[in-house]
Amino acid sequence: MILSTLVFLPLLFAFIVLIWPNLKTVRHLALGLSIAEFIVSLGMLENFNPQSASLQFVEKFNWIERFGIQYFFGVDGISLWLVLLTTFLTPVIILASWSSISEKLKGFHICLFILQTAMLGTFLAMDAVFFYAFWELSLVPMYFMIGIWGGARRIYATVKFFIFTMAGSVLMLVAIVYMMYLTQEATGHMSASLLEFYKLKIPFVGGTFFSVQTLLFFAFALAFAIKVPAFPVHTWLPDAHVEAPTPGSVILAGVMLKMGTYGFMRWVIPLFPEASEYWAWLFMLIGTVGIIYGALVAMVQPDVKKLVAYSSVSHMGYILVGLFAFNAYGFSGGLFQMLSHGISTGALFILIGMIYERTHSREISKYGGLAGVLPIFTIFFFIITLSSIAVPMTNGFVGEFLILIGTFKAQPAFAYFAVSGVVLGAVYMLWMFKRVFFGAQGELVRDEKHPLKDLNAREIAVLVPMVAMVFIMGLAPNYFLNYSKASIDNLVNSKNGYSLTLTENAQSILDFVPGNAPSGASDGSANVSKITPEQGDN
Amino acid sequence: MNHSVLMALVVLSPFVGFLINGLRYKKHSGNVAGGIATLAIAISFVSSILLVIDLIGMPSETRRIAISFFEWIAVDKLRVNAGFVVDQISAIMILIITGVGTLIHIFSIGYMHHDKGVAKYFAYLNLFIFNMLLLVLGDSLLVMFVGWEGVGLCSYLLIGFWFTDSEKAAAGMKAFITNRVGDAAFLLGMFILFMSFGTLNFHELNALAPTVAEASWMGSVTLGTLMLFIGATGKSAQIPLYVWLPDAMAGPTPVSALIHAATMVTAGVYMIVRLNPLFLAAPNTLMVIAIIGAATAVLAATIGMTQWDIKKVLAYSTVSQLGYMFLACGVGAFGAAMFHLMTHAFFKALMFLGSGSVIHAMHEEQDIRKMGALRKFLPITHITFLLGWLAIIGIPPFAGFFSKDEILAYAFHSPLGSTWLWAAGALGATLTAFYMTRLMALTFWGKSRVPAKTHPHESPVSMTLPLIVLAVLSVIGGWIGIPHVIGEHLGDVPNIWEHWLHPLIREVPNMTHMDPSTEWALMGTSVGLASISAFIAYNFYVTSLDLPKKFAESIKPIYNVIYNKYFVDEAYFAGVINPLVNVSKNLWFYFDVNFIDKCTYVIADLIKGMGNLSRSLQTGNLQQYAMYIGIGIVVVLSFVITR
Repeated sequence: MILSTLVFLPLLFAFIVLIWPNLKTVRHLALGLSIAEFIVSLGMLENFNPQSASLQFVEKFNWIERFGIQYFFGVDGISLWLVLLTTFLTPVIILASWSSISEKLKGFHICLFILQTAMLGTFLAMDAVFFYAFWELSLVPMYFMIGIWGGARRIYATVKFFIFTMAGSVLMLVAIVYMMYLTQEATGHMSASLLEFYKLKIPFVGGTFFSVQTLLFFAFALAFAIKVPAFPVHTWLPDAHVEAPTPGSVILAGVMLKMGTYGFMRWVIPLFPEASEYWAWLFMLIGTVGIIYGALVAMVQPDVKKLVAYSSVSHMGYILVGLFAFNAYGFSGGLFQMLSHGISTGALFILIGMIYERTHSREISKYGGLAGVLPIFTIFFFIITLSSIAVPMTNGFVGEFLILIGTFKAQPAFAYFAVSGVVLGAVYMLWMFKRVFFGAQGELVRDEKHPLKDLNAREIAVLVPMVAMVFIMGLAPNYFLNYSKASIDNLVNSKNGYSLTLTENAQSILDFVPGNAPSGASDGSANVSKITPEQGDN
Repeated sequence: MNHSVLMALVVLSPFVGFLINGLRYKKHSGNVAGGIATLAIAISFVSSILLVIDLIGMPSETRRIAISFFEWIAVDKLRVNAGFVVDQISAIMILIITGVGTLIHIFSIGYMHHDKGVAKYFAYLNLFIFNMLLLVLGDSLLVMFVGWEGVGLCSYLLIGFWFTDSEKAAAGMKAFITNRVGDAAFLLGMFILFMSFGTLNFHELNALAPTVAEASWMGSVTLGTLMLFIGATGKSAQIPLYVWLPDAMAGPTPVSALIHAATMVTAGVYMIVRLNPLFLAAPNTLMVIAIIGAATAVLAATIGMTQWDIKKVLAYSTVSQLGYMFLACGVGAFGAAMFHLMTHAFFKALMFLGSGSVIHAMHEEQDIRKMGALRKFLPITHITFLLGWLAIIGIPPFAGFFSKDEILAYAFHSPLGSTWLWAAGALGATLTAFYMTRLMALTFWGKSRVPAKTHPHESPVSMTLPLIVLAVLSVIGGWIGIPHVIGEHLGDVPNIWEHWLHPLIREVPNMTHMDPSTEWALMGTSVGLASISAFIAYNFYVTSLDLPKKFAESIKPIYNVIYNKYFVDEAYFAGVINPLVNVSKNLWFYFDVNFIDKCTYVIADLIKGMGNLSRSLQTGNLQQYAMYIGIGIVVVLSFVITR
């Protein structure tokens, strides 16, 4: 029951917020509830068996029997960390929006909790229709979040965001329905289960666009590519980010973009192996162009939030390239980059929100010399900048390095181009950093009537967990990688016959014993040797 | 003591120092901050000595202390440990880094005394040492890369230390980004080598290095080592990525001594020596390295002859001397490269600190045209600087002579060398003697041009003591590598240096023994050229000061090009940076805003148009609807009938 608990607990929280009588304590309530949700997810992590590639904590019931649609949750090494990323970021976001969101407080937190349910459902649903429901559900609260609490051009931005994403998902829905018919043809029973989909042998013809697998492949890929967002369908992102309130930006960049890359990993690549391999060059190209294009355009942005938005295009481009390298380095690196981008870009948006609350401007040219005025803020911003430009010992480096090595193994030519992102990333971030923090004091910084105050205790409390994650993930990446290793090996080794087995962990959240996790327990379905720390000659 | 404890002390004590000073960044007491930082490095230095003593006690064939703390990244075949190795090569490096580092920390206590950010300064300095130790102790290319990027980061922070000055902040940024260009190539080099050897571990890579030289340019060893070398040109300021180092002089002077002379900039040389079996298997790469090294040595020396800023002269001199080290690597003289790395660390750190003492005395004045005759006011600085000068221009028996002589001998004699490379090296040595003598003369000798307001004074003991220690090392540092031809005349003095490094340095194929008379002749030539050149410079800048001006006038066009550093910065701006910014602006405006978004508007308008069309059918007019129904019935009926 733990996965259902995880997914639907926030919905219950939304309801509690709705009926909560005291408006003054809504923030405290929401923070407490979101932390409770995080603790539940840690409970899941504790019981997760990293040696196994199969779906764990599976819950499976018939939902609409006639169409074979199931209520089907399961978690494996691919979705595990994304779930934790979501539950980790939510309390941080609530604490970060403490003073920036003051209107319609209840509505805001209700949106946030519904969004959390939608995102967790997207990562955990293993039935196509079920998945699609969560996928689309996530649009609604985000639509309101930008539309109600956003900036001046919020309506334009939120409609653009909604329509772009919707356009992609409609095709995906068609593809899902078509695949349900394919399962009926193959087995006699209609099914929307992802596991049944994996078993399909969808005819593939190379060289033409109009073969069944290719069409299905593109229907899914387009939906996910828009979400990522991949070049050239990225233009909704800068607008959405600039207009979104800080918490909206953090969720958007931190988690929602990963729904796209996760989609590639869970759906596109294992479902359409031949088409994926045939068209890999296209997606590596799109990713590589995205890395360079995003970085170049980020470089010339006058608005710091837009700069970070374009940097997301660049960073997400890495993930796309890594995933389509089809090797363990690329997949691990892609997954790791999803997490580290969630942390570092999320933190960047939080930081930008903090300075915006003080000066009500994001224009780079109006800043300058901030380092002399706000030293604590500067230190935090600098550490996150380092993470964003992938300096070793921060989380950003591990993902980028693994992706590049995977790309080099698969297609060296793309790696030669993609590696330029290493330079360009430093260019746009450090140039921005110099103009905002160094040099003579700009007009906003100099303003004598409103002297800027450095971070307060709450703001530091928001940033400390983020910075801690930057270094933990940078120094001990193996801890994270080990959990996904079995699943990624499964994905790499079974390109033409991907399957997922199920482990029915019947444990409920109540009967897990801390410290008694089944970490050493071997699972018959996965054949992964335990990694010993003493490998290598010294 | 246990080796892992010692190793942890070596690496981590500077890091602890960084944390302590970093957390008390608001404090202003220079003595406390400096004391903590110096103590941290001193602990590291003592632990290094203890480790090296144990190392010396080991039999030479198994002489290495390897400690692995934990597995850092493990994916598929890639297994990288947080592993550290002390062997003959890294032992030298850690002693230089922590030893010279301690001296420079002590010097900084006096030099940075009045600065408000003194705690921050010492925190950065400690962080630098930590990263530099990671760089040299790392047992694989990836761990080295961690330190490699880390030292670049600290260099960025320390160059832009006085960040309220936009120009200084820009210099830091320039350093980081130029280095990043090299780092991108370094990454590619790692990928290439990992794909062909399946490991990034130095020990394994060297063991797997092919013994047969690779002839092709596109072979993986050649390509991989070439990429690593491009990485080295960034960190070690060689053509074409040397442009950041002169600007890096914006940082505090002790930083220039530590990072931009003695330690960080030598990382590229260290990396090549560390992988010498691999580089030897790629003669094409070695050829490129030798040519770039020789060209850099000469080019930087020519620029150094025209600069007026005391630190800029030393900066170009550093670029030039690093060129020598690469020339040495390129001709297979890896031991000589390490030797010059060490002697250079002594005398260049000495001269930078000396210049710091001068700048301190002159109240932040760096223009040597406003100095002169400072020997009277700064006797200790003068004497120690003088010894450094003798060392760098290569006068026996000072340290620089032995290392430079060995490089030139190899350049001439090695199968990988040539007369041309030797000639370039000798030319560089001649130019070096000229501009260093010019610097000496304009700063310390001749008539005083010091403005009346300024009253130069000798620096405090905390600053002169490191000068004295480094001066002693600049004199005697070369005696551990005395060449055999000289050694046999002195009663069989052995070449300790060669003997020590021998197990880790692969011999250049087909290397023959050099004829002693040739060796004497080469030595005589280079010492002779340097002496003549120094003599001319002395006459120019002490005896007849108007001569250089006249000379510069007579070759004005050439002089201007050199004075403006061959306009390389301008070329990079015009050829790379500005176009990139313009292209990006256009991409944003034309592609993002005006193409993709316009396309989506067109689609939106199309859908809207369809909506409008269908809306016009719904007029609410009952007769019109009746007509539609009628038309419908007719169509359906006609369809049914004709079937």
